[in-house]
Amino acid sequence: MKENIENIKNEISLYLAVNNHISRKDLFDFKMNYLGKTGSISALSKGMRDVPAEQRPEVGKLISDLRTWAEQVFADKEEQIKKAELAARYASERIDVTMPAQFRETGTLHPISLVKKEIIDCFAGMGFEIFEGPEIEKDYYNFQALNIPADHPARDMQDTFFVTEDFLLRSQTSSGQIRVMENKRPPIKVLSPGRVYRSDSDATHSPMFHQMEGLVVDKGITLCDLKGLLDEFARKMFTSETKTRLRPSYFPFTEPSVEVDLSCHNCGGKGCRICKGTGWIEILGAGMVNRKVLENCGVDPDEYTGFAFGMGLERIAMIKYGINDMRYLFENDVRLLKQFKD
Amino acid sequence: MKAPLSWLKDYVDIDISAEELKDKLFSCGFEVEELIYVGAEVEKCVVGKIVSLEKHPDADKLQICKLDCGEYGHEIQIVTGADNVFVGALVPVALDGSSLHGGIKIKKGKLRGVESCGMLCSGEELGINDDWYEGADVNGILIIKEDVPLGTDIRKVVGLDDYIFDIAVTANRPDCQCVYGIAREISALLAKPLTPVELVYKAETFTTSGRVNVSVEAPDLCPRYIAHYVRELKIEKSPQWMRRRLALSGLRSINNVVDITNFVLLELGQPMHAFDLSKISQNKICVRRAADGEKIVTLDEKEFELKENNLVIADGTKPVALAGVMGGLNSGISEETSEVLFESAKFERANIRRTSRKLGQKSDSSSRFEKGVDAYTTGVAINRALNLIDTLGCGKIAGDRFDIEAETVKPTVITTTYKKINDLLGIEVPERTIRAILERLNFNVKTKGGEIIVTAPAYREDIEGYPDLAEEVIRMYGYDHIIGTFMPTAQITNGGLTDKQRAAERVKKILRGQNYNEIITYSFISPKDYQLLRIPEKAEQAIKIVNPIGEDLSIMRTTLAPSMLETLVRNIRRGNSEARLFELASVYIAKSLPLTEMPSEELTLCCGIYGEKENFFTAKGVYESIAEQFGLSFEYVPATVPFLHPGKSALIKFNGKEIGYFGELAPDLAEELAIETNVYLGELDYAKIESALLSPLVFKPLPKFPEVVRDLALIADETVTCSQVEQAIREGSKFVTDVKMFDVYRGAQIGEGKKSMAFKITFTPHEKAFTPEDADGNIKRILRRLSETLGISLR
Repeated sequence: MKENIENIKNEISLYLAVNNHISRKDLFDFKMNYLGKTGSISALSKGMRDVPAEQRPEVGKLISDLRTWAEQVFADKEEQIKKAELAARYASERIDVTMPAQFRETGTLHPISLVKKEIIDCFAGMGFEIFEGPEIEKDYYNFQALNIPADHPARDMQDTFFVTEDFLLRSQTSSGQIRVMENKRPPIKVLSPGRVYRSDSDATHSPMFHQMEGLVVDKGITLCDLKGLLDEFARKMFTSETKTRLRPSYFPFTEPSVEVDLSCHNCGGKGCRICKGTGWIEILGAGMVNRKVLENCGVDPDEYTGFAFGMGLERIAMIKYGINDMRYLFENDVRLLKQFKD
Repeated sequence: MKAPLSWLKDYVDIDISAEELKDKLFSCGFEVEELIYVGAEVEKCVVGKIVSLEKHPDADKLQICKLDCGEYGHEIQIVTGADNVFVGALVPVALDGSSLHGGIKIKKGKLRGVESCGMLCSGEELGINDDWYEGADVNGILIIKEDVPLGTDIRKVVGLDDYIFDIAVTANRPDCQCVYGIAREISALLAKPLTPVELVYKAETFTTSGRVNVSVEAPDLCPRYIAHYVRELKIEKSPQWMRRRLALSGLRSINNVVDITNFVLLELGQPMHAFDLSKISQNKICVRRAADGEKIVTLDEKEFELKENNLVIADGTKPVALAGVMGGLNSGISEETSEVLFESAKFERANIRRTSRKLGQKSDSSSRFEKGVDAYTTGVAINRALNLIDTLGCGKIAGDRFDIEAETVKPTVITTTYKKINDLLGIEVPERTIRAILERLNFNVKTKGGEIIVTAPAYREDIEGYPDLAEEVIRMYGYDHIIGTFMPTAQITNGGLTDKQRAAERVKKILRGQNYNEIITYSFISPKDYQLLRIPEKAEQAIKIVNPIGEDLSIMRTTLAPSMLETLVRNIRRGNSEARLFELASVYIAKSLPLTEMPSEELTLCCGIYGEKENFFTAKGVYESIAEQFGLSFEYVPATVPFLHPGKSALIKFNGKEIGYFGELAPDLAEELAIETNVYLGELDYAKIESALLSPLVFKPLPKFPEVVRDLALIADETVTCSQVEQAIREGSKFVTDVKMFDVYRGAQIGEGKKSMAFKITFTPHEKAFTPEDADGNIKRILRRLSETLGISLR
C-alpha cells in the first residue's frame, strides 16, 4: 500500500514535470485518472478494507495526505496553465489602438441656423414667443403699416423686390410686428426670425439674408428696458464683458430710434481691425415703437408703449465666428459647414 | 451732406477741434462718415519770396531762383521752367521732402547740373483753380497777391486749410441737409449762439406783378410757390468767397446768378431756380400738371415726353421747367440775361420722386426735394437769394413778390408733460434740463398747469408727438444716461417655440444624427434651373420678381431641388469627396397668377448626397430615420421623375398620399453637369407630414410573452418586390410585428428570372407564449399566403 502511494506520487510528479505545455483539458483528464470517482487515489481509499485494522489510521492518513497533495499540485498546475494561456492570448490579440475609430459622424446646422437657435434660446427664456411671418408680403405689412407710406424717402433705405404692385419680398422682418399685433393683445413679447430680401449684392450684402425682429408691447415699457434686454442679450451671445451703446438713429416705425453697438469682442473696446479702430461694432437697430404703428394695429398708444429691435443674422454669425466674407455663408461648402458643430 | 468747417464757423463759434466736433455730432445722431482735411495732399509747401533770378548756364528755358522762405531758409535755390516769375514775387514753394496734389513727392535734386532744393508750384499742382484762389488757373507759377509772412503754410493762404464733414443725415432730418442746418445742430450741441443768415435786401419800387403773372394750378403738388422779379442784372463772376465755398462743396462756379441759386441750396437746403424772363412768353408763369405727351428739353439738352402726373412750370405756351427736377433749356440763364424771375418753391416730395424715377432724370434739386423741403425755409431762401443779389450789387430787386401758399403751414404744437417724456425714456431728466435742451433746439416751451406746450421750429416738419421730443432730449442729454432695466412693469409671458417649430427642430436633429449638414440657399432661382431639370413647365407656375437682380435670381422657387443640385455640384467640383446635405425651407406656391392673394409658403425638406459609401439605400435611410423617429410608416413605389434615373427613383407615400420623391440623378444629366460621382437627391413635402409629427408620445406596454424570431429564405420571381413580400408576410399572420429583408441572392441554383430573398420575421404573441408548434403553424400560413398571392416558394 505504502509503495502504491509512493508510486502514484511519483507518477503524478513526473507527468507534471514533463508535460509543461499541457492543455487544461488534458490536465483535467489526467487528474481524473487519480482524483476522479474511479481514479487510482479513490481506489486506494476503497482498498482500505483490506488494510489491517491497526495500520488503518496510518495508511488512512497517508492516503489523505496524498489526496491533499495531489489536489494542490493539480490546482497549481492549472493556475500556471491558465496564466500561460491568457498570456498567449493577450500576445496574439494585441491590436494597434491608434488605428482609426469607427463611428457615425454627426451633421451640423448652418451657421445662420446656429446663431438663430442661440438667439431664440436666449430670448425664449425671457418670455419671448417665436413668430414666423410670410416672406412674400403685402406692401401694407412691409411698409405702410410701419409708417412708411408710398414714395416715402425711407423706402430708399432698402431696395425692394416686387412681385406685383401690392406684393413684394419682405425687406425686413419688421412686417412681423404688424401681423403679431393684429392677432394678439398686449402683453406681447415676440421674436420674429426669417429670410428677407433686398436688391443688393456684394461682399457685405446678399440679395437674400436673415433678420431677427424683436417686439415688446406692454404697460410702462421704457427705453431703459430696451437697453437692459439688449445688455443681457449681448452678454449671453458674446461674452459676459460685452457692453452695448445706444446712439440716435432713424427708423420710421420707432421713435426714438437708436442704433445699438456692441463693445468689440476682439479687442474689448480698445480698437482693432475688426471694429475699425472704434472699439464698437454696429449690430442692430431698435427703438420705441412709433405711436402710429401701435394705432395702425389697434393698440392704444396712451395705454401701452413698447420697443422693437431688428438684427441681421449674417452679421452676427460673421462677427461671432470671424467669417470675413458673407458669400461664404451661401456657398455651402461642406468643409465650412462641418465646422459648425452644435 | 458735405459741410465745410470754415463755412460752419460763419454761424457758430466752434472752439473745439474737428475731431472733437465729429465725436459730438456722432453722439447726437449725425454720423460723420468721413472727416476730410482738404489740404491733406499738400505738405511742406510754404510761401517764399523770390530774392534773385538768373539764367541757367546750360538751359535756355530754365531759371535759377533764390527764395526767402522765412524760417525754412533765406536763400533756398530752386530751378524753375516757368517764365511768369519775377524778383519780389511771393510764390508757393514745395520744399525738399514735400508732397503735392495727386501724390507727387518733391525731393532735392540737380537740374542740368544745378542743385534745386524743391519746386515752385502752379495752382494745379496744389489741386486748386481760380475758384479757390484768383490766379490759380494761370499757366505758370501761382503768384500770391496778399502780403503774407514768408514761410506761411500755403494751405492757409489758398483755402486748403479746412475740413469737410461728410455727414450721414437720417431721412427724418431733411432740415439738416444744408450747412446752416448742421450749424443749428452744432449751436445746440455746444450751447453757443447761432448767427442768423443775412436776409435783408434793398427793394425798388417796381413790382413783380407788373412784369409777370404767376399762378399755381396744382396746389396739391406745389404747397408753396414764391416768385420774385430782379432786373438790370449784371451777369459776371461771383466773388472769391462764394466761389471758394462752392468749390469746397464740389461745385464749379458758373456766374453770379447761377452761383447764388447753388449757394442758397448748399446753405439753406432750398433748391432755387432763375428763369430768364425775356424768354418767357405771354409774361405768364403757371405751375401745372403736364399735358399728356407734352415735351420739354432740360438744361442738359435731354428731351422728355411728359405725362399728366409730371408737374411743370409753364409760360403762356410751353413748359419752361420740369418742376423741382431741372429747368428748361428754353429759359436758362445766359451771358445776355438781364432780368430774371427767382423761384423758391416747395414741391410735394412723392411726386418729385416719382417723376425723377419715371423719367430717369436726377439733379441736386430733385434729390433735395425728394428728401423734403419745408415751407418755412422756402420763404427764408428767397430772401437770402435777394440779399446776395443786393450784397453783390448785381441787380435791382422788385418791391413785391408772388407767394402762393395752398394753406399757411403752422408750426407743430405738442401739449404734453415732462413725466410723459421721462416715462418713455425710463429715466428722470430734470425738467429744467428738458426745457433747456428744447430751447437750444429752437423749440418754444410754455408751461400751463401741469402741462407743457411745446412749439416746434417751423423747419422741423418731422416733429409729431411727445416721443419726438423725448428723442430730442435724450440725444442731446446723452444716451449714456440710459441705464438698463429689466421690464419691471411688464407681465410674465410664456416664451418658446410652438409645437410646429419644435417638430421642425426635431427633424433637423434627426437629420444631423444621420450626418447630414444643413445648407441655406437663395429662395429665388433661374428659369434655366427648371430647364436643366427638364421641368420647364413648372417655371410657368412660379412667382416672378418684376425687378430681379438678374435672370438667375428671378423666380421664387417651387422646388428646392435645383439649389441642392447646384450645391452638390459645387462641392464635387471643389474636390470635396463626399457630402450629405439637407435644406429645410419654404417653396412658394401661387394660388393664382399674377398674385391676388397671399401665396402659400410650404416648408419642404430637400436631401442630397454623394460619395463612395452612398447608394440608393443610404439615400433612402434619411426618410426612414424620420419615419422611425416619429413612429410613422412610409411606402416607396417606383417613380418617374424627369431628372432622376428611372430605375433608381421612388415616390414616398404616407397614408396613401404622395409626400415626396428621391433617387439617383439621371446619368445623362450628370454627364451634362460633367460630374462623375453618383448623386442622390430627393424632396419631402414637409407640410404634408407636419401634423403627424405633432402626435404626443405615449408609452406602449412591453410584450407580455417572449417574441419569437424566424428566418425564411424564399424563391421569388424577379418582378416581385420586397414590399409585396413584406405585405404578404404581415397578411399571413396577425402575430407578425416586424419583417426585415436581410439578403437577396441571384445565381444558377436559383434559376433564370428568379431571386432568393431572406427575411427575418418577428412574432409577438398576444394571449400566451408561443410553443415551437405555434411558430411553425404561423410560418406555414405565411408560406401559403406567399405562394398563393406571389407564387413564392421556400428555398
